[in-house]
Amino acid sequence: MSAEAVMSAEAKANGHGTAGSFAERAHIALNDKPLRANFRRTMDGLMAKRAAQFPDADDLARLRALGAAIKERALARLPELLEQLEARCTENGIKVHWAETTGDANRIVLDIFQSHGVKTVVKGKSMVSEEMHLNAFLGEHGIEAVESDLGEYIIQLAGEMPSHIVMPCIHKNKAQIGQLFADHIEGQRYTEDVDELTAAARRVMRARFAEADAGISGVNFAVAETGTLVLIENEGNGRMSTTLPPLHVAVMGIEKLVETLEDIPPLLALLPRSATGQPITTYVNMITSPRKPGEKDGPREVHLVLLDNGRTRVYADLELRETLRCIRCGACMNHCPVYARVGGHTYDAVYPGPIGKILTPQIAGLDVAEDLPHASSLCNACVEVCPVKIPIADILVRLRREAVRPSASKCVKGAGSGWTLSEASIWAGWKWLHGHPALYRMGTRFLAVAGNLIPSSVPPLKAWTSVRAKPKFAAKTLHQLARDKGFDDV
Amino acid sequence: MSDFHASDSRASDARTRILSRLRAAAPSAVPNLPEWSPPSYEPARRLERFRTMFEAMKAEVHDVDAATWPQRLRTLLDNRGVRSVLHGDGSSVGTQLESAWSGDPQAPRLVAYDRAVEEFKDDLVHRIDAGITSASAGIAETGSLILWPTAREPRLMSLLPPIHIALVEEDSIRDNLPQLMVAQGWARRMPTNIVVVSGPSKTADIEQTLAFGVHGPKELIVLVIRKPAAVG
Repeated sequence: MSAEAVMSAEAKANGHGTAGSFAERAHIALNDKPLRANFRRTMDGLMAKRAAQFPDADDLARLRALGAAIKERALARLPELLEQLEARCTENGIKVHWAETTGDANRIVLDIFQSHGVKTVVKGKSMVSEEMHLNAFLGEHGIEAVESDLGEYIIQLAGEMPSHIVMPCIHKNKAQIGQLFADHIEGQRYTEDVDELTAAARRVMRARFAEADAGISGVNFAVAETGTLVLIENEGNGRMSTTLPPLHVAVMGIEKLVETLEDIPPLLALLPRSATGQPITTYVNMITSPRKPGEKDGPREVHLVLLDNGRTRVYADLELRETLRCIRCGACMNHCPVYARVGGHTYDAVYPGPIGKILTPQIAGLDVAEDLPHASSLCNACVEVCPVKIPIADILVRLRREAVRPSASKCVKGAGSGWTLSEASIWAGWKWLHGHPALYRMGTRFLAVAGNLIPSSVPPLKAWTSVRAKPKFAAKTLHQLARDKGFDDV
Repeated sequence: MSDFHASDSRASDARTRILSRLRAAAPSAVPNLPEWSPPSYEPARRLERFRTMFEAMKAEVHDVDAATWPQRLRTLLDNRGVRSVLHGDGSSVGTQLESAWSGDPQAPRLVAYDRAVEEFKDDLVHRIDAGITSASAGIAETGSLILWPTAREPRLMSLLPPIHIALVEEDSIRDNLPQLMVAQGWARRMPTNIVVVSGPSKTADIEQTLAFGVHGPKELIVLVIRKPAAVG
């Protein structure tokens, strides 16, 4: 169930991010020149903007240490804080629901909507709802969910998945978007004028907001101390979705919690600056209750759905738990040399880029997402920019190891699924050779003489040599060279 | 709501199972939070920072005085062809506008937010040109306003009309958000909704090109009510 949830069934059905391995999809993306230009331009811009927001390295180091500590504290106290959040929300009039799987969460949302006779819904941006494939589920039950974030609206028109967690449609340029609007929006002519395209979206969405029976949103931070849901955005669609319709349903992963309201400002100082290089988002929307008697607007009911979907399993391991500190800023993908070249759809998952490479295999299982931990050069750029200091590279290595040699705790789903007899035999042989000095010396001498005779077209070598020169074996081994130089203890 | 009851037992089981899995996990240390001091400004520089940050976000900031701001606003709105202004029903802002504009047939029509949204949603969503609210405070660091909506000044006033005008007292502008939260004791008295606003509605979803007014106001006009001594 959850395996399907974070992998992109929709994307496959629509022919985007076509099936196959990561390497096959990457190969296609690498040859897609407009796609590469779209990503390169955007990633360069985002990296420069972030750097400009953090001119003082010491300040940034202090702020990141604080951000990491805030999330670490919240995770250390997670069960009691969840109970506190539930108690505060309930006191404030927000109804709290718990869901173990995305299927459960979808049914909870559907139950709420059906009991209120909801037909149309406007949605603010929410990665958890993407994880749930909520739009498709509601659609199957006759409820139309319209994405209202401009980027999400564009990819919904195109029937695609987000290719970035903050800017979902960066894989498209204005010509492609102009065409999409001309094809789908009544009375809209083809244009590449960004202001005109934006105005067209405003016109369409205004009517949608006014007629919607309910709004759906995600949650950036939930404050256990006060039972407050904090949502950040630039467009105002999140405020619309959570204020104009009579019913608001918020969905969040159980890890999105902080202890106190005072934890919010440092995280606000980190998130937008890391994400888009803005000092702050246009709106920080703090929701603590539904409409109270005498108030003239706001939803009359607010529901909060807390989703597990594998997070408790990730939580069980202290190293892997650090994954759950993520505040979804996307800085790791903006700075990733792999992501910038292959784009978000190549990952074929709801969460692309470095954070996706550690999150997807843990939630969906290593057996489903076995390629992802390997889709990295371990260059560490993601680790250096992560505002909450998630050791992404260490976790990638840990997951590579789990794929072939599961740890005793068995806390990674699908661990061991990458084990093959051939690879295991090669490493066993390697170990044996290195444990027997005489054999090792014989082997290296043999390769020094015969190694250059092995043709580069031999199948196991070919994959490597097809894009690289075959290395030349030196006539003398390193040990021999050292002895020639007078080192006699080798 | 009766439809929920069928799933209630399943739901409470989910709660129990999630919490018990979390409690079964290895405990980790609860780290102390390191010190952090957000930026502060000399009193004389505070308003300058507030203005610079807002202007960088394409908002307008005007210095006004407590007695004459309605005339100033009248000019600002006239230049924009504004015909209707939404104000809080019985708010002091609305009262001041009414008395200042009442004798002026050319002035924009004043509309009070005096009913529940459901009763005039269509007007609110499609037909009002501007909305005026007070802001409970300002923040210099990021160039932000704190909107603390009330029954008198509801939430949608600052969101639906294409122009949002906000009045803020110079004295209420603080250095940064944490200082304000602590000073005003937010955690003890969180209202239905608080919004921190730092500019007009914007998007960069198409090719990272900034466009304004995608859903909320296209323009944000901030009127800073200067301290009497400060207005020359």
